Amino acid sequence: MIEIKNISKSYNDIQALKEISLSVEKGELFGLIGPDGAGKTTLMRILMTLLLPDSGEAKMNELDVVKDFKKIRHIVGYMPGRFSLYQDLSVEENLHFFATVFGTTIEENYDLIRDIYYQIEPFKTRRAGKLSGGMKQKLALSCALIHKPKILILDEPTTGVDAVSRKEFWEMLKALQQKGITILVSTPYMDEASLCDRVALIQKGTILDVDSPSRITEKFPRKIIQVHSEDMFRLIQDLRSFPKAESVFAFGQFVHFTGVNDEVEISELDKFLTERKHTDVIVEEIHPGIEDVFMSLQSL
Amino acid sequence: MKQLKSFIRKEFYHIFRDPRTIMVLFFIPIAQLLIFGTVIKNEIQDIHIAIYDQAKDETTQKITNKILSSGYFILEKNLENINDIESVFRLGKVKEVIVFESDFGEKLTKEGKANVQLIADASDPNMARLAISYTSGIINDYVKKMHPNLQLPMQLEPEVRMYFNEEMKSAYMFVPGVMALILMLISAMMTSISITREKELGTMEILLVSPLRPMQIIIGKVLPYLLLSIANAFVIVLMGRFVFGVPILGSFTLLMLETILFIAMALCLGIFISTVAKSQMTAMFISMIVLMLPTILLSGFIYPIENMPEVLQVVSHIMPARYFISIIRAIMLKGTGILFVWQETAVLIGMTLFFIALSVKKFKIRLE
Repeated sequence: MIEIKNISKSYNDIQALKEISLSVEKGELFGLIGPDGAGKTTLMRILMTLLLPDSGEAKMNELDVVKDFKKIRHIVGYMPGRFSLYQDLSVEENLHFFATVFGTTIEENYDLIRDIYYQIEPFKTRRAGKLSGGMKQKLALSCALIHKPKILILDEPTTGVDAVSRKEFWEMLKALQQKGITILVSTPYMDEASLCDRVALIQKGTILDVDSPSRITEKFPRKIIQVHSEDMFRLIQDLRSFPKAESVFAFGQFVHFTGVNDEVEISELDKFLTERKHTDVIVEEIHPGIEDVFMSLQSL
Repeated sequence: MKQLKSFIRKEFYHIFRDPRTIMVLFFIPIAQLLIFGTVIKNEIQDIHIAIYDQAKDETTQKITNKILSSGYFILEKNLENINDIESVFRLGKVKEVIVFESDFGEKLTKEGKANVQLIADASDPNMARLAISYTSGIINDYVKKMHPNLQLPMQLEPEVRMYFNEEMKSAYMFVPGVMALILMLISAMMTSISITREKELGTMEILLVSPLRPMQIIIGKVLPYLLLSIANAFVIVLMGRFVFGVPILGSFTLLMLETILFIAMALCLGIFISTVAKSQMTAMFISMIVLMLPTILLSGFIYPIENMPEVLQVVSHIMPARYFISIIRAIMLKGTGILFVWQETAVLIGMTLFFIALSVKKFKIRLE
């Protein structure tokens, strides 16, 4: 459904995308995972025909993003990174506007947006600028869907949205996928990656890996040790000073530790920390998550 | 068509829901008209003068009475000493001193010649010039009436008649000028701001990926402001007529058609600005500095184009307001028809087409 071949793009002297190739199957929920500045937005804008690539080519539903940009604009739905609806228009007015602009009506495609829209319908006379983050995002998604697109492109839709709304949002995406819409979504949150069918890890304009989230973590050969102690700050410093430490990253309440050549044993680390008077120490081996893969790929 | 209608409706929502836009559109024009109307004046009124009358005879008394009853001057002080002249100017209130030589009346009848000196405070040169010319006019007038047979050298003065603005009313000058200024400002600034706002808020991104064509976006942006600006022009003309007494001697329809042409030109200019400017601030800045100031200074609105240095006279040819002002002055004050303003009209049409073409060409269908 989406075919990207050797796409490169530079802004002045910064190369945002370097020879990127990627393909997304029909009906797939595909995630672009990467930190800020990785090139996710640039890639999406090229696909949305908003930017021209310097070289390479991309096709959406067999349509070329440069030559057939007008046709593409009819079949894709787009939700930019920022909330891009009219803040001074009400929920209903926004939806109505985008429906007519795309040559359709709310009633015609109500089926598609019903599950999303009914949650904000009670507030339909409220100005969009006065909605909460989660509601804004539902409205934006409704507007992006109103013309029944074949492909949906969402640029960091869950940034700045509370945890409950994020969860709901991903459930909506899953439901849309059931209706046959191909979805390309970018996110800086690694935990959302596991909800995609396949993900591409993108970093500094290059794709590090493309696979299903479970395969990506399974493939990961390293041994991850999760460590917890009462004094987290001192814990990180102590772990970094451990002679055989290769990488030490904080992940919420835990520290993920990898040893040189994975030779560090749990007991070894436990002893080391007890000697340094850490209390409430937990040391255990865990399955690597997408974050661990990403961190290690990044430091390569 | 349905798309366009919906777009225009959305534009009206933006306009009527933003208090600032409403202010700029409806209150600023009226305020500007009233401010310009009362502040910019080329006529004098209540000028404080002092008189140093060395003669104190019948003739000087009569001349003095004539001057003071003209309504332009107020007598502040009678001076008794030549040295008082400078000190009375220093106080600042007195703008003009009239000095009659001794035996003024006698000399005038006997020798047919008498001296009167007019001294003005030229720290405000415009006013000084006006005061002097008004005073000498009154004195000459009096002398001529009193002594019709006298062959004074002064009688060679030119007979001036201010055609089209007989009383030299400055309202006649500024109403067309303010109209040009306001329409230019509102039309160009508001459209450029409303487009750059979409860019800033990111809604432009969505409009671009929609099937809307550039022409539809441009028309959708222009039409609401065109309608509102026409309403504004209407209000200005009516206020000029009924508040400041500016006549409309020519055809009202022609006046309105020319006004619509000028508004369309300004709107296209605004669209063009928005294709160049990235943010609302830049758009506003360009509209203010590049449009407003030259419109005030170089269009003949306040300063006559003929008095400008040659370089600026050449520059004034690219000011659209210049043509518009001369068109509406011709229609309102001279009552001329299209035959006399077709050249200016053609220039405005040319400019409009030029900016439309440029905007459509420069309108980006993508983000860069």
